[in-house]
Amino acid sequence: MSGPVPLGMPAFPDAAAVSTRDARLRATLRHATRTIRAKRGAAVAELDDWRQLRAAAAAVKDRTLRHLDHHLVRLEERVTAAGGTVHWAADADEANRIVTALVRETGEREVLKVKSMTTQETGLNAALAEAGVRAYETDLAELIVQLGDDLPSHLLVPAIHRGRSEIRGIFRDRMADWGRPAPAGLTDRPADLAEAARLHLREKFLRARVAVSGANFMVAETGTLVVVESEGNGRMCLTLPETLISVVGIEKVVPTWRDLEVYLQLLPRSSTAERMNPYTSMWTGTTDGDGPRAFHLVLLDNGRTDTLADAVGRQVLRCIRCSACLNVCPVYERAGGHAYGSPYPGPIGAVLTPQLRGTASALEESLPFASSLCGACYEVCPVAIDIPEVLLHLRERVAEGGEATVRGVRAVVRPARRHALERGLMAAAGLTLQHPGALRSGQRLAARLRRLRPRRLPGPGRAWTDSRDLPEVPEESFRDWWARTRGGASS
Amino acid sequence: MKGTDGGASRARILARVRRALADVPAHERPRDHPVARDYLRVHGRRSPAESAALLAAHLADYRARVHRCGADGLPRLLRDLLAERGARRVVVPAGPPEEWLAGAPVERVPDSPALTPYDLDAVDAVVTGCALAIAETGTLVLDGGPGQGRRRVTLVPDHHICVVRTADQIVDSVPQALERLDPLRPLTWVSGPSATSDIELDRVEGVHGPRLLDVVLVADAAG
Amino acid sequence: MVQRPPRVALHITCVNDTLYPRTGRAVVTLLERLGVRVDFPMAQTCCGQPFLNSGYRRRAEPLVRRHAAAFRGYDHVVTPSGSCAAMVREQHPRVAARSGDDGLTAAVAEVASRTYELTEYLVDVLGVTDVGAHYPHTVTYHPTCHGLRTLGLGDRPRRLLEHVKGLELRELPGAEECCGFGGTFAVKNPAVSAAMGRDKARAVTATGARALCAVDNSCLMHIGGVLTRQGSPVRPVHLAEILAATEGDAR
Repeated sequence: MSGPVPLGMPAFPDAAAVSTRDARLRATLRHATRTIRAKRGAAVAELDDWRQLRAAAAAVKDRTLRHLDHHLVRLEERVTAAGGTVHWAADADEANRIVTALVRETGEREVLKVKSMTTQETGLNAALAEAGVRAYETDLAELIVQLGDDLPSHLLVPAIHRGRSEIRGIFRDRMADWGRPAPAGLTDRPADLAEAARLHLREKFLRARVAVSGANFMVAETGTLVVVESEGNGRMCLTLPETLISVVGIEKVVPTWRDLEVYLQLLPRSSTAERMNPYTSMWTGTTDGDGPRAFHLVLLDNGRTDTLADAVGRQVLRCIRCSACLNVCPVYERAGGHAYGSPYPGPIGAVLTPQLRGTASALEESLPFASSLCGACYEVCPVAIDIPEVLLHLRERVAEGGEATVRGVRAVVRPARRHALERGLMAAAGLTLQHPGALRSGQRLAARLRRLRPRRLPGPGRAWTDSRDLPEVPEESFRDWWARTRGGASS
Repeated sequence: MKGTDGGASRARILARVRRALADVPAHERPRDHPVARDYLRVHGRRSPAESAALLAAHLADYRARVHRCGADGLPRLLRDLLAERGARRVVVPAGPPEEWLAGAPVERVPDSPALTPYDLDAVDAVVTGCALAIAETGTLVLDGGPGQGRRRVTLVPDHHICVVRTADQIVDSVPQALERLDPLRPLTWVSGPSATSDIELDRVEGVHGPRLLDVVLVADAAG
Repeated sequence: MVQRPPRVALHITCVNDTLYPRTGRAVVTLLERLGVRVDFPMAQTCCGQPFLNSGYRRRAEPLVRRHAAAFRGYDHVVTPSGSCAAMVREQHPRVAARSGDDGLTAAVAEVASRTYELTEYLVDVLGVTDVGAHYPHTVTYHPTCHGLRTLGLGDRPRRLLEHVKGLELRELPGAEECCGFGGTFAVKNPAVSAAMGRDKARAVTATGARALCAVDNSCLMHIGGVLTRQGSPVRPVHLAEILAATEGDAR
């Protein structure tokens, strides 16, 4: 994945060391994720066949991915037949160039945006700004992020790291720079904040000529695109402008219309814990007299085919961006989304970002280790992505090296240099454990030194003793006790 | 593909996909990978009356207001709902709504491609029918058919009144709904008034779409 | 076929062997009290989990091989560790498959299918929930992640605890949340691990229980280390030690 990767992004543990100390962030995330966790549980429990739906959702995505070329070509045919135009973008820069050129052709200097992960990934807004086009985010949380010169920290609610009083401050201070100012006397009641966003954006919706969206699903057999949303900003952008440009990752295709029946049941309950989200829009090309007259679909690769080439990592392309894994993740809850250094935070980001971008930099290399492997993400994932399995797979790529595909080319990834010391320790430990006698000698040495139990260890051991006491070393290992008391009784 | 050098990228991406899938057996066809569809078509068995009650309950959960009447009572109910909010200008798409509102003391604005977003922003309400409604999820689906208008007419005005015929427009489940819908029509699924969970993941109603959604369940197919 | 008593091997785990031998001794006491004769194959060392979880699959492979050889031929392998049981049952077959060695795959499958976490062995194989234990203390129970989600231990540990005489079980709020240990996660991401550990330890202390029990000493080592650092009076104790305790031990 190319796109805006700030250079020198800190590795996850360094970023998290700072963010975990932010008491307000911790309290905000704790409140938000716990609220949605309980609701999701109730929404899922309503459906007796959740397990079967989940299995079908995974199987349909696997079926699609195994013949992705076929489905993409079919989708292109159908969209074109229905009056749309299909563009193909191998990377972020190409996607941005295509969109910029399409906007320029219309002669407009501003575009409205529906919340879209793919255009966050490509850094479209910055690319448009360079071309003199202003992009206005219309999703409430994206608006909060944009007005606050901030970065998204959650898939569904990019401004989840902001509490209501911070949001009020941002609206009060910044709305005037972008259009209609916040109402005087704005309170921090969520309903008032939503009303302020409604007033601020309405004039933009009414005059909009060009909009940019993503899509949740694309149906190959019909050429239909689907956008699932809550606020109505999506509907505004999809129906009022004259030109609609949708930038969508190639993995968002499903083969048949019927396949939607699985995802439209799983996604809302996993995402916002609703039986159904307030608005879902489905469109096929263009319709005379109703909606945009021009529709462009930009199909984005940007690392997805590299991910597809990995038989273990490929399952990550099933993701429907529901964010259930973020909401249940204890690491995400403490570290916050920014520590993941990408528009895709949380457990799914830890397995997606290193595959889309590769594991060459300190940040991407650290992401597969940003998990205690507790498995809560896998348990809630509606498309059954075994995130712990992919984490282990990527850890191996970092620690031991191995084959990977980078921009379409099969390559051998070398073991990460930062892991050299660890590799040495692991080799020594592995050798010891191959010889029970050596293990026994080590245990006896530790027992002799047991009185030297320091409260703080030097060097790498500090990572343990900074926050926890060391366990006491026993006088006698189990192995020695067994030999002493049952000696010879066993093999 | 026109307008950009997409031809080259198209070929490159498709070639990358094919290389990435080298482990998929050459004889495997797109439908061969198994998908078990052993999930339920419907969650539970319901009589038509029970389905209507479930739809009403689920819409109410989203803070939509649900009303019931017979075909005879529909014009009167619509008049009352509009009057309650002091609606004076009302968008009326071609079809049944014209008849329902024939005697209403409001200015009827017919839907037409000439109506701009600004025009729609200046009306008070819109009255439509629907293609179908889904009981299990509390969802109305509009497909631009008779009495529903273009997508924008149910979006820009702040008050949407949607009429559902209980006799033949309610299905129980999402799978049943998709079977009946035509993907080539522009579809809008509506489950309650617009809402957001963007502030502390707590749901509040009323953002950009209509903030007031009235749903009228009409018991008699004659309506 | 002549009925013979099953051959049962104890997979003690390297952490218990080295740091918590009393847990291993408790398992022996408990199983012998229930009429099971256990064996301790001396060739066992480590199941390879720390290696695999850190990305060193190739280093884990010889340990997987050693484990399969050490436990070959037993009818049951019992381990007082949810995460090591999960490693043997879930990950050993994957490591073996990646090795391309069919012999290893077969050997691993054999051992994996006969490996039980202690509470599974008690409840499912021996069919007991009352093991005749006596432990007159307040206890809170933390279901560790591998026990809860990978093995699906469900209410087995709880049913065993409920039958312990004198024991008062206190609910642990947010019990299903990870304690933050995660093997090398604890030192690779110390800030997040410690934050999770502190939250868990605070919840444990707030129960007012005297002891915190779990089916994994590695998690208890982490939570216990935080508890003592916080000055909490709660002491970590492995479930096996509670189940092994009898009236005579009561102090």
